[in-house]
Amino acid sequence: MSKVYINGIGSISSQKTFGNNDFLEKILVYTNNVIPVVNPDYKEYIDPVAARRMAKGIKMGVVASRIALRDAGLENVDAIITGTGMGCVRDSEKFVSAIIDNDEKYLTPTSFIQSTHNTVGGQIALGLQCKGYNFTYVHASISFESTLLDAKLQLENDEANTILIGGVDEQGEHTIAIHKLINHIKLEKIETTKLLGSNTAGTIFGEGANFFVVSNKKQDSTYAEVLAVETYNTLLETEVLNTVILFLKDNNISVENIDAIVLGNNGDIQYDMFYNKLSSGLFKDTQQVYYKHLCGEFNTASSFGIWLASKILKTQKLPEAIKINKKSKENYRTILLYNQYRGENHSLTLLRKC
Amino acid sequence: MSKGVAITGMGIISAIGNNVTENYQSLINGKKGISRISKIKTIHQGDIMVGEIASTNLELEKQLGLTSDNNYSRTALLGAIAAKQAIEHAGILDITTYKTGLISATSVGGMDRTEAYYYDYLKNKDVQKYIEGHHAGDSTQKIAEQLGIKKSLVTTISTACSSAANAIMFGARLIKSGKLDRVVVGGTDCLSKFTINGFKTLMILSDTYNTPFDENRKGLNLGEAAAFLVLESDKVVTAESRDVLAYIKGYGNANDAYHQTASSENGDGATLAMQKALEVAKFIPADIDYINAHGTATGNNDLSEGRAILRVFGDKLPEFSSTKAYTGHTLAAAGAIEAVYAVLALQNNIIYPNLNFETQMKEFNITPQLQLKKKELQSVLSNSLGFGGNCSSLIFSKKQ
Repeated sequence: MSKVYINGIGSISSQKTFGNNDFLEKILVYTNNVIPVVNPDYKEYIDPVAARRMAKGIKMGVVASRIALRDAGLENVDAIITGTGMGCVRDSEKFVSAIIDNDEKYLTPTSFIQSTHNTVGGQIALGLQCKGYNFTYVHASISFESTLLDAKLQLENDEANTILIGGVDEQGEHTIAIHKLINHIKLEKIETTKLLGSNTAGTIFGEGANFFVVSNKKQDSTYAEVLAVETYNTLLETEVLNTVILFLKDNNISVENIDAIVLGNNGDIQYDMFYNKLSSGLFKDTQQVYYKHLCGEFNTASSFGIWLASKILKTQKLPEAIKINKKSKENYRTILLYNQYRGENHSLTLLRKC
Repeated sequence: MSKGVAITGMGIISAIGNNVTENYQSLINGKKGISRISKIKTIHQGDIMVGEIASTNLELEKQLGLTSDNNYSRTALLGAIAAKQAIEHAGILDITTYKTGLISATSVGGMDRTEAYYYDYLKNKDVQKYIEGHHAGDSTQKIAEQLGIKKSLVTTISTACSSAANAIMFGARLIKSGKLDRVVVGGTDCLSKFTINGFKTLMILSDTYNTPFDENRKGLNLGEAAAFLVLESDKVVTAESRDVLAYIKGYGNANDAYHQTASSENGDGATLAMQKALEVAKFIPADIDYINAHGTATGNNDLSEGRAILRVFGDKLPEFSSTKAYTGHTLAAAGAIEAVYAVLALQNNIIYPNLNFETQMKEFNITPQLQLKKKELQSVLSNSLGFGGNCSSLIFSKKQ
């Protein structure tokens, strides 16, 4: 079986990450419960006329994928696999409200077309003229991990040599309004650096696109090797610990081998205990990392976690802003990532320095 | 990667039947499920026809034994019913005996509830339970719960009209690679105002019965359906002495990279998908005995797909037909219901007629199979083509 490597990365997030040069040296702090992305100059990457017609999700996805390809030194790939929880949700909102407001009259197809979940993947293929395998996974907080799993299987078995994978989600006004009503978003505005100590229900919503070139060939630009990824539709709080132990055992890794654990804590007092099971127990002496105060919560937020871990492994730097605890570590060789959302759709991912 | 992928159970609910037997009876008796829409209030009622499932949501909820506080969308209800049939058909009593996953497909997800309560959500607490049911993964989570699949690989694919074919493909790869012992694969989509109006704006809805591969075709009829198949590894088949219904022998997915909604004139993506599927199966075109075409009856699809079929099969073209005239186009479920139909074709050595055909298309001289035909079948190829240039082909065979 071939090994699987991350050879290029591209991130558009609520931090200035699209440049790929620095690594969270300056953090943007927000005081809100919904945070936007820092937009790159999209015109630098895509034709301005085309960009104007594109939904935000498409624009973010297309540009993040371009950055990842450039980073890997590639013009094209064998396959494109996209993860998105909601697709271009603004267009879904636009089309539904237009149906209701105008009693099914005077509708135009643009927002219907863009609302289709695989629009981002289709547009990336169209732009690259990539006729290869093209899948879109839409399963809540494991949408991105599904793309990684699919790509890993293909690369291990040499069905493809280079695959573009990514997670992308945009914010929609109505979606945010109704998620505030059911307390998935915190009622109060909060300073993002104080997210973990908030002691309230709900989280802060973000958006973004994180794309990666994964390959079965190592090269100079390689960030990390993908050792394993597993997803679980359900896990009880009491099952998390044993699941992690089993996962590490299956991969012949001991807890002491884990140099950092990247956790998906989002400050929701009702669900952060899933992470606390690990951070206050098995991994209490491990360097713990969090990131949702930087990118917000969204269905594919965990792809930002993979971006973060890739950066740590390549640069061997761990920015202060992402530390939960403070352990002095010389080298970062193996990183474990754990994410879940509202107690469902858990994922464990293992990356190693090359 | 040389392991077999056995199909050991199937379940289906569509406009032509509430289970596998009813669907098969309709197929061989030429019974269409196309009618005027009755369950959704739409201004297009008089100028479209649909493939609607007879049962109401309440009846489906009752069938599943759900309490009134449930937040199932119709997509989840249909999916749960079809998936439970598949498990029962396979004779699975305890799903936890083997490492079992679920790969489902949907395009509308919980849109039926969202469009009904869109503004109500903001003021009526009673309907807010449906907010969490909107995203596409929710129906899959509910189906997994209904089947008792826990702590496992459960995910959802949404690639428009090829979604379920891709769910089957990913499931097959999970079995082949040894990642899972067993996986339930398929798709589910209910009718919604969202899709009715969406396709209406694209001007590809027929105002009468859809007529695949006919020169005067006027567009598609939307339909709703769900279908699931149980895929099992050689290990499970042997250990449980399973009756294997058929094997998934080949699969291919490619992108047309031509246009967001239209297919390329010569069907580049569909050609590539069929070629890949043949390659994976280690088949030559002559090994295919019947093609269940995507055949939506839109001007664009049937021309593009027909040309692609000609490019791949040339003068070795076996019988082909589209079953969309029976069921309508069931979007993300289409690849799954047609997989069930492909397996039934193999089991019964039957080729289904392409209903409603009258006039030969001008652009080429291939004609779909028009009458029900008995033929010894070894392998069937099934196409699913979708928005975003997404093209998929699956090959089902009697032998591993």
